[in-house]
Amino acid sequence: MKGMKTTIAAVAALLVAGAAQADPVKVGMITTLSGGGAGLGIDARDGFMLAVKQANNPELEVVIEDDQRKPDVAVQLADKLIQQEKVDVLTGIIWSNLAMAVVPSAVAQDKLYLSVNAAPSQLAGKGCNKNYFAVSYQNDNLHEAAGGYASTEGYKNTFILAPNYPAGKDSLTGFKRFFFGDIAGEVYTKLGQTDYAAEIAQIRASGADSVFFFLPGGMGIAFMKQYAQSGVDIPLIGPAFSMDQGILGAVGDAALGVKNTSNWSKDIDNPTNKAFVETFQAEYGRLPSLYASFGFDTANLLLSAMGKASITDKEAFRNALREADFNSVRGKFVFGPNQHPIQDIYVREVVKEGDVLTNKIVGIGLKDHSDAYASECSM
Amino acid sequence: MFSLFVEQLLNGLQSGVMLFLMASGLTLVFGVMGLINLAHGSLYMVGAFACAAVAAWTGSFWLGLVASLMAAALAGALVEMLIIRRLYNRDHLDQVLATFALILIFSEGTRWIFGSFPLFLSVPEFLTGTVILPGDVEYPLFRFAIIIAGFVVAAGLFLLIGKTRLGIRIRAGEADRGMIAALGVNIDRLYTIVFALGAALAGLAGAFVGTTQSVQVGMGEPVLILAFVVIVIGGIGSIKGALIGSLLVGFTDTMGRFLLPHAFATFLDPSSATAIGSALASMLIYIVMALVLFLRPSGLFGTEA
Repeated sequence: MKGMKTTIAAVAALLVAGAAQADPVKVGMITTLSGGGAGLGIDARDGFMLAVKQANNPELEVVIEDDQRKPDVAVQLADKLIQQEKVDVLTGIIWSNLAMAVVPSAVAQDKLYLSVNAAPSQLAGKGCNKNYFAVSYQNDNLHEAAGGYASTEGYKNTFILAPNYPAGKDSLTGFKRFFFGDIAGEVYTKLGQTDYAAEIAQIRASGADSVFFFLPGGMGIAFMKQYAQSGVDIPLIGPAFSMDQGILGAVGDAALGVKNTSNWSKDIDNPTNKAFVETFQAEYGRLPSLYASFGFDTANLLLSAMGKASITDKEAFRNALREADFNSVRGKFVFGPNQHPIQDIYVREVVKEGDVLTNKIVGIGLKDHSDAYASECSM
Repeated sequence: MFSLFVEQLLNGLQSGVMLFLMASGLTLVFGVMGLINLAHGSLYMVGAFACAAVAAWTGSFWLGLVASLMAAALAGALVEMLIIRRLYNRDHLDQVLATFALILIFSEGTRWIFGSFPLFLSVPEFLTGTVILPGDVEYPLFRFAIIIAGFVVAAGLFLLIGKTRLGIRIRAGEADRGMIAALGVNIDRLYTIVFALGAALAGLAGAFVGTTQSVQVGMGEPVLILAFVVIVIGGIGSIKGALIGSLLVGFTDTMGRFLLPHAFATFLDPSSATAIGSALASMLIYIVMALVLFLRPSGLFGTEA
């Protein structure tokens, strides 16, 4: 009998809340939870769900699916989420090739897409869309900041390498856009390559004064370990992906002192970030990564829009998203005209805190940085 | 330029001997039992994870190395007795299907035990740093040690196959399975031993490679593909072929990545030379394999099927 009463009370409370607040929002999260690279998706999901849990908003429902890092699986999941689950918002994709397979068709069906990571150039320029918001960055940003940092540090002759696939080419292009010295050597490695002996030998012989490398995930771990073993001591610069919390433990002390560029770091000084790092650690027993911070911000952005507008009025809801009226772990958060963030990109250094390897901010790479494609976007 | 060239030759040699540890087990199992084992890469992963876990737990890389041998051999023996044994008389398609299922089981099992984040495994302290070789060539000490260890294992394997009683049985098993069983050799046990031996070699390779690369779920599959290329080039079932094939693939891959972009740069502008050169370099071993198959359809040291 008591149970019955509670249920009725809960239903009543829901009805009251429903009347006062906006309509329920259903989110479909497609991310990588198994196979190689699952660590990134798991972090993004955990960051997102932490914010959802903290908000405790009964109007928000999240359906999570595993794309296994396969574009065809991601497309199937998107169809299922849109047609069967009838979600209003999609999010979660880590890899750019998967994003290119899913996002254009989803936003064309008038679904909102909020990116927790992947933000390929194609979706930032001519292919921008009013339903697409990149909460993380534009793919080139961190590489551009690395180029800017190398220039201000006075490096004159840099050896650059990246995997031979679209994001790798964007990376080196982005670096060169803001680096004004000479290129001592430019190497494209095979995607998924695990032995870098041949490339490191070329770096040794090149006479470069610095090395820029973009090798995400396992590739970066392999490169860093082999570089440290090789006895080559030319300073390394990279985007945060190769030096992120999830893989620092596997690289070990070889990563110490490496400079990397990131738009988030666990020591950005604001109360939201401090609380995020603490609660994430308490909830999951590990330090959050870049991807976890993007997941957290994405959920909070969505929640802020839900407080302002109803999802049934798409235009009002998009406007509420554009205002980005939420407390970001990155401090201030502003969308540019192509709905990609305008933000500071920091330079971090890998340090040891007790026994744990992590990153510390040592400077700013680029301030209030937008992206190179915003001008091509007409919205 | 000379020291760079020598360093690259050594790199090719090192990648070749590591491939040999993988390919020899694969070719042995195929030669003796006629089995295509796609899960060989999983045994390599088991070795790497065992080494990383034990090294982290005890603080000793050497105990980790022993653990990698034992864990991989044990996993190999168990898999042979529980699953593979039922596949010898089935056709190759069934074998491929079952061993592919094993890959999935091993991968998700490993993730279940160790989680999704890569493990840490590093070189023992006294093998860090570099060694100066004649001709003023600076080379990482650990890679040099891997080359030596690889050759020691290869020599041991040739002695085992060529000079011991077990080796005679293995060769006899390759030549005529029915006859050796009729002569009173316990063929079931022989098969388990051969499978465990191949697994142990893969596990050892996994432990060595894990120290220079990333110990993570799915690390075995790229190596497995290379190992198949090696045994196809060398001739399926031939240990000598596996050795020559491994070195050929190791040298071709390393020197291709190093020289091709330079070669194209002599008549193209630098950025397209790098792009075309590196694209071609990643195809080079497959081109070599196609050439070998064209000239010698059963591989360099294969017996006519």
